Amino acid sequence: MLPNLPSWDELAQSWSGGASSSFEAYVQHIWRIMSRGTIETVYMVGWASLFAILVGIIFGTILYITKPGGIYSLTVVNPIIGTAINIVHRILGTIINVGRSIPFVVLIMLVFPLSRIIVGSSVGSTAAIVPLTIAAIPFMSRIVESALGELDKGIIEAAIAAGATPLQIIFRVLLPESAPGLVSGFTLLIINLITFSAMAGLVGGGGLGQVAQSYGLFRHRQDIMIYTVIVMVLLVQIIQALGQFISRRLDKR
Amino acid sequence: MLQVRNLSKTYTTKEGTLHALKNVSVDINPGEIFGFIGLSGAGKTSLARCVSALEKADSGEIIFQGADITKQKGAALRTIRKKMGFVFQHFNLLMNATVFENIAFPLRIARQSSAHITQRVNELMELVGLTDKSAAYPATLSGGQKQRVGIARALASEPELVICDEATSALDPDTTRSILSLIRQIGAKTGVTFIVITHEMDVIKELCTHVAVMEGGEIIESGPVLDVLTAPKTPTAKRFFSKDYIDATWINLPKKRIFRAIFIGEATRKAFIHDVIRKFDIELSILSGNIESVGGTMVGSLILEISGKENILEEVQAYFHENNVGIKELSEHVT
Repeated sequence: MLPNLPSWDELAQSWSGGASSSFEAYVQHIWRIMSRGTIETVYMVGWASLFAILVGIIFGTILYITKPGGIYSLTVVNPIIGTAINIVHRILGTIINVGRSIPFVVLIMLVFPLSRIIVGSSVGSTAAIVPLTIAAIPFMSRIVESALGELDKGIIEAAIAAGATPLQIIFRVLLPESAPGLVSGFTLLIINLITFSAMAGLVGGGGLGQVAQSYGLFRHRQDIMIYTVIVMVLLVQIIQALGQFISRRLDKR
Repeated sequence: MLQVRNLSKTYTTKEGTLHALKNVSVDINPGEIFGFIGLSGAGKTSLARCVSALEKADSGEIIFQGADITKQKGAALRTIRKKMGFVFQHFNLLMNATVFENIAFPLRIARQSSAHITQRVNELMELVGLTDKSAAYPATLSGGQKQRVGIARALASEPELVICDEATSALDPDTTRSILSLIRQIGAKTGVTFIVITHEMDVIKELCTHVAVMEGGEIIESGPVLDVLTAPKTPTAKRFFSKDYIDATWINLPKKRIFRAIFIGEATRKAFIHDVIRKFDIELSILSGNIESVGGTMVGSLILEISGKENILEEVQAYFHENNVGIKELSEHVT
């Protein structure tokens, strides 16, 4: 959970500027603002990524196995069940496409009531987790679907021929074999969420987006604007490097 | 062990309906290494996939240990699949799992204890000669080593039937030979029944006890390998099994008669042709010949041109038969 953080107004007043202020006071002032923004961003992105990855893996796997001519056709023989599976695929596909076509700024406002129901408020970083998660799920689902789609069908057949159940195929073949691709997808997702979270900051979501808005824009603090950009770039670089490293370590092909 | 009865399978494609299998019936007995040979599109892979229930046949029965596979589904079908092993042409190994874990896969999904898995996988790695590769990933192995992993995996759950679908077709000739000899050893050691799908004659000769020749979705000829090999009946079987080249002009030479003699086993060791020339007043010349091992039995084939009196030639043929050497005139038998 998010620790107790100082309010933005309090932070703004922590440094008066002018010749009388020491350099140390300035550094501390910047540090407090930037650390609050960064903590909130990491908090929002962290939780939203976690939820989106979990749901995305489930949806993506369902999309993959229900694809017409996909692996369900190797295990299911009943044509009625086959048709039902196709319908599930279409419905889920449509929901995901609709979700992906709503611009994030609109989505945030669209889910204000939902945020209020789930977290009891429509402002703040915790509330912002809701639209971030909803925006990320369709994206993650497609990423998981395509990572699974890159697998050789032969290994799935080998598992079926060995007598594996559908769940065993998912957990012992599909997910471990596509792990490098999934990790690359998670990296992409987290980076996207970092940029999305900045947008959430504009409507009271906190984080680095709000720092840029309330200091850089409203208070004309060009210095803070630049620090915000630097922190964002660093965050993205770290995630990208870490993701690539893990993905490579997992890839034994 | 396995009885296939009137099995049919069609595929519907944009170009129309393709009859992959037409009323195929075949009996496979325990311990046999039963080869299916045919050109691509002959239906042999469809047959293998139907037998392992990777594909559903349109009609017909596949009786495996008393149960009809085509009627099973769900858990019952998975139980049957655990009694069968499948070796794939392209190995189909888990690329993100070690050799050990690949071989352990069927045991893990059968929820065996880890002590049992360790013991069984070590046994199998020794059997296929990969003990030192336990922790290696498939990407670091050669094609032959990958197929050894594939074979070990197929044997892991102690199946009674192993289906090899073009198991050596992606391998070079030397590796093919080593894989074939491994399968033969396993067959001899464990008594496992094998179904071997191939388009290569050498696989049948080196490995199989029985063979079925497939064409256009049908089995056109089948039986013990020696029988089909030494006396192929259908043109397709002849094309697969006889390498000797005979010029049609030889056969049409006046007053000359061309025969094919087949020597099997012991007969290949005797100086039989020498006997024939000493015993009969004939002129005999050898036009072509070869000798090879078929499932461990030596089989020799000679194309002979024999000229002499009509009645003496009759006697010569009788003498061949007395000594258990096959002989057949080739005038109507151009290959």
